[in-house]
Amino acid sequence: MFVRRVWPASPFQRAATMNPLRLRRDMDRLFDLLSFGEEPSAGVFPAMNVTQDDDRYFVRAELPGVQSKDLQISVERNKLSLSGKRDIPEEGKGVSYHRRERAGGAFSRSVTLPDELNADAVDATYTSGVLTIVAQKAEAAKARQIQVLAG
Amino acid sequence: MSKEKELQPSEKQELTADAEQTKEGPVYQPTVDIFESGGAITLLADLPGVKPDQLTIDLRDDVLTIRGEVTSPESENEAAVIREFGWGSYYRQFTLAETVDQSKIEAQLRDGVLRLELPKVEKAKPRTIAVKTA
Repeated sequence: MFVRRVWPASPFQRAATMNPLRLRRDMDRLFDLLSFGEEPSAGVFPAMNVTQDDDRYFVRAELPGVQSKDLQISVERNKLSLSGKRDIPEEGKGVSYHRRERAGGAFSRSVTLPDELNADAVDATYTSGVLTIVAQKAEAAKARQIQVLAG
Repeated sequence: MSKEKELQPSEKQELTADAEQTKEGPVYQPTVDIFESGGAITLLADLPGVKPDQLTIDLRDDVLTIRGEVTSPESENEAAVIREFGWGSYYRQFTLAETVDQSKIEAQLRDGVLRLELPKVEKAKPRTIAVKTA
């Protein structure tokens, strides 16, 4: 089937010259443009970013205005659990709000990681409102270089 | 005994090109509380990841601009496993009523929360007026 290339092309070309593969690709591009930057969240507070290197997982969450005594972190096998609460202090009597966008309350969330964790080697720090948890992977889960023996 | 209210997640509000930044990366609008009591207007803004030397507060022509720079804490050799939010700077602008005494503004940034006290100019404080009977 002869197809005349026209660019930029609309996904909706004239029926006579429509190339089904091209249409599919253009529709995919159209949907990519419509979708938003990040992955959708798990729907639980707080939002987390998890990264890894060969030996460790890094779990980071934005938790402004939380007291570290109000945070509980626990680790079991390959599951990391985080719970706590965020208090918004009362501002006193006779105060009238123009805007009130910040919320306080309790939160509880776990995240399951691809590898088992070493529960004895987990560090958590809270700086400038960001909680950073660094968890060592269990020894068996760490990446290993495999020697290739000649012969 | 009532169960403590549970926090709901919300997507960070990303701003379009208006923010005019020098650095690449997304720019988000921070959530704020603004309230007023007799002598001052107070603004509280959530700015997680912003350190005091990365925070700029500007007030001119009654426009208050808050900008907090954030750099991603992830190092080069970290690979993403789960990504639920972006690392980006914060920016928000407000037009103030002209009653703020600019020389007495106080700012405090702690645990990612900015507290900005904007004292009102003396003459705008509420005064009770005695009504004399004739």
